[in-house]
Amino acid sequence: MQMPQPDPGALSQKEALAAALRKVLPADAVISDPAETRAYECDALTAYRCPPMLAVLPATTDEVSDVLRLCHQFGVPVVPRGSGTSLAGGALPTADCVILGVARMNAVLERNYDDRFIRVQTGITNLRVTGEVEADGFFYAPDPSSQLACAIAGNIAMNSGGAHCLKYGVTTNNLLGVTMVMMDGEVIEVGGPYLDAGGLDLLGLICGSEGQLGVVTEATLRILPKPEGARPVLMGFDSNEVAGACVRDIIEAGVLPVAIEFMDRPCIEATEAFAGAGYPDCEALLIVEVEGSPAEIDEQLSVITAIAQRHNPVEIRESRSADESARIWLGRKSAFGAMGQINDYICLDGTIPISELPEVLKRMGELSDQYGLKVANVFHAGDGNLHPLILFDANKDGDLETCEAMGAEILKLCVDVGGCLSGEHGVGVEKRDLMTHQYDPSDLELQMAVKDVFDPKWLLNPAKVFPLATSETRRG
Amino acid sequence: MARPETEAALADLIRGANAPLAIRGGGTRGLTGAGEVVETTGLHGIRLYEPGALTLVAGAGTPLAEIDTILGEKGQRLAFEPMDHRALLGIEGEPTIGGVAAANISGPRRLQVGAARDHMLGIRMVTGSGEVVKNGGRVMKNVTGYDLVKLMAGSHGTLGVLTEVSLKVQAIPEAERTLILRGQDMGAAITDLTRAMGTPFDVSGAAWLADVNGQSERRIRVEGMAGSTAYRAEKLADLLGADTVVEGAESAALWRELRDVTPFADKAGAVWKVSTRPTSAAPLVDALTAQGITADVIADWSGGLLWLRVPDTGDAGGSAIRAEVTRHAGHATLIRANDATRAKIATFHPQPAPLEKIAAGLRQKFDPRGILNPGLMGPALS
Ligand SMILES: Cc1cc2nc3c(=O)[nH]c(=O)nc-3n(C[C@H](O)[C@H](O)[C@H](O)COP(=O)(O)OP(=O)(O)OC[C@H]3O[C@@H](n4cnc5c(N)ncnc54)[C@H](O)[C@@H]3O)c2cc1C
Repeated sequence: MQMPQPDPGALSQKEALAAALRKVLPADAVISDPAETRAYECDALTAYRCPPMLAVLPATTDEVSDVLRLCHQFGVPVVPRGSGTSLAGGALPTADCVILGVARMNAVLERNYDDRFIRVQTGITNLRVTGEVEADGFFYAPDPSSQLACAIAGNIAMNSGGAHCLKYGVTTNNLLGVTMVMMDGEVIEVGGPYLDAGGLDLLGLICGSEGQLGVVTEATLRILPKPEGARPVLMGFDSNEVAGACVRDIIEAGVLPVAIEFMDRPCIEATEAFAGAGYPDCEALLIVEVEGSPAEIDEQLSVITAIAQRHNPVEIRESRSADESARIWLGRKSAFGAMGQINDYICLDGTIPISELPEVLKRMGELSDQYGLKVANVFHAGDGNLHPLILFDANKDGDLETCEAMGAEILKLCVDVGGCLSGEHGVGVEKRDLMTHQYDPSDLELQMAVKDVFDPKWLLNPAKVFPLATSETRRG
Repeated sequence: MARPETEAALADLIRGANAPLAIRGGGTRGLTGAGEVVETTGLHGIRLYEPGALTLVAGAGTPLAEIDTILGEKGQRLAFEPMDHRALLGIEGEPTIGGVAAANISGPRRLQVGAARDHMLGIRMVTGSGEVVKNGGRVMKNVTGYDLVKLMAGSHGTLGVLTEVSLKVQAIPEAERTLILRGQDMGAAITDLTRAMGTPFDVSGAAWLADVNGQSERRIRVEGMAGSTAYRAEKLADLLGADTVVEGAESAALWRELRDVTPFADKAGAVWKVSTRPTSAAPLVDALTAQGITADVIADWSGGLLWLRVPDTGDAGGSAIRAEVTRHAGHATLIRANDATRAKIATFHPQPAPLEKIAAGLRQKFDPRGILNPGLMGPALS
């Protein structure tokens, strides 16, 4: 992976810019000491690191506006940062950039249950949003596994999803409005506590734009009443193919579970060894969760288990209590941790049409043999969003490169069967150079033209999303 | 009139054009710009339908009726319940899926499941420069690159001409029930509707009509498996009261009526569509009444969507309505009016200057010559 050469012009202005920033921000909000800027050298794609030139931690929209106006004047690139949990290197700095972190902007600005929204500063963590309204019976639906740490800012930039988005949608479907600061410092309000945009749907465009169009400082989020209850059923099958067919039949039958999670044998074995959730010994298992009152849950689960029975399951385990539910979820929730225990891994994020699941899993097995690296699969099956984990050894020379090459093959496979490179983690730097496999030049040209409108000088997170060669003339 | 039968022919046509083009699907939304008419109906046909993956891909000119039929055969539907404007506007023709997408047309269930834009997985289009561009795809989750799908939803043919749309579809639930309560005033009804939306009972429709045979009517809909639907209807009736509970086809007919705003169809007057916060709905209507603008009201989306029927004179109350809506947050679109009214007031709610500037900038990139439905949503950057 390549990053652009740092701009000497930008680097030479470090002290002058730092001094100008200190005039508009509290002293402790401007970080220029290389020992401290190192804290921002990477996000959760830890294979790539680069300390920024400066980091700033504004606390208000006005301060963000001041910072951007100055960086714009100085012609210095800015990389916005939430909590730094991006798995795509979205928040990876360049050596000549200012990291703009929104971590200090974590206030709740307004809660309204009649109109069902909450307005927050975007540095607030995802889980805290639900925490703020939970006691009153509400929740914020998008629930990335990283929700304890990740910020709404990053969720909006990446259009993040979670296990429950099968029913409730991803961030873009739950976002009503934003306050955003443009690269030249202008503050805009888009949308608000009402449905649908007046004028063009700029909100839909901003969500998922990976910090390249503006810095989002406040957000109006839709909140929903909590269901009366939820319960999972665990089902084990003899083959990936049969489990895939079962997913299809459940969806076709018209029951809408809140989550359908899929684990394959390598993943089941690793999590068993790690968490000991007591999963059955089988090739593939599904965890399907439904919501409602106890009777409603029974009604849905009876349909789901009847469908599963037609596929000769190895085992069906319906939860009868909170304790049993927790045990069923235990293995799934510790899957990433379990993998981390036994190996280094990279986590991919392609999406495929679910009808292609058996074929894709089979091809993945072949690639695994070919590259000599193990793959484990744990993913959101209801919507075809795969998370293959490729296991490698970081201490072994060339293993990371082999792993990345194999990852690229898997993602291309996802595109070739009618899917896409990223279902929820975003492109960042990780999938940047694969974009030409999914998009034609005219497709990418139009996306870049959108950035031209919002950020004509290409100063916001410029080295991401688009292949460097494709964006070169614009980045100046 | 031109009616290209392939995407390539459409691209040629747009590339070769040197005067404004009026982009039209079935022409049933009453919103075409000026210029030579280009119809998309030649770009029709279901390209892919996978019921087990809840996905459908169709040419933009495919009649909505054809899509409803093919989905219906598998017990599925478009969850966002797109409105049919024909009765309200007195227009003939066949609505197309491209028109639904380009105008982001939804219906009562929008408050539960999202709008047309939330169900659009991907698009293909021809831009104003005649470039063929795709974005999104046919899978449920996709964050690869910018989401131009959302931008195109509701762009009313001003940025590009859609040639293909892929959609997420939904299984038709086993049962539906509607709770009806008559005679409530608007304030009390909206309070009830917002309360209903705050329950865990998964309400899929929440509306109030000022006048149904001389009485107001509050309607709340639940859908799902039979047992669950009965349970939730009962809970809601206990909580909020109901004069009558109807189910099945009888319930469906009530929501079709709301979806298409048919109560206003054979009554004179201009019709406004207002999107605002539910708790603003009643105060907003009161404020208008105080200014001498008496409106016949249908409130949908628990008050978040107001249909206002007002006398079609002057600007049809437009400046007062827009001022109130802006004060409360939201936007107002003129859906039905005579030509004299339309000459006095813009169809779409003017956006704040910085947003107009971005929109104009986008139009300039997508349609540099300003030939696609020019002026329909706002001026291009000159
Ligand atoms: C263990 C683990 C599990 C995960 N599980 C999931 C999951 O289930 N689903 C999922 O979708 N993702 C998941 N992720 C990925 C990650 O958590 C999400 O992408 C998250 O939204 C990133 O949020 P963040 O605040 O950490 O953003 P960061 O990593 O700080 O930044 C992400 C992107 O947002 C931009 N950005 C940050 N702040 C702003 C702002 N104010 N304005 C504009 N742009 C901004 C950055 O420039 C960057 O491009 C997981 C990550 C980990 C480590």
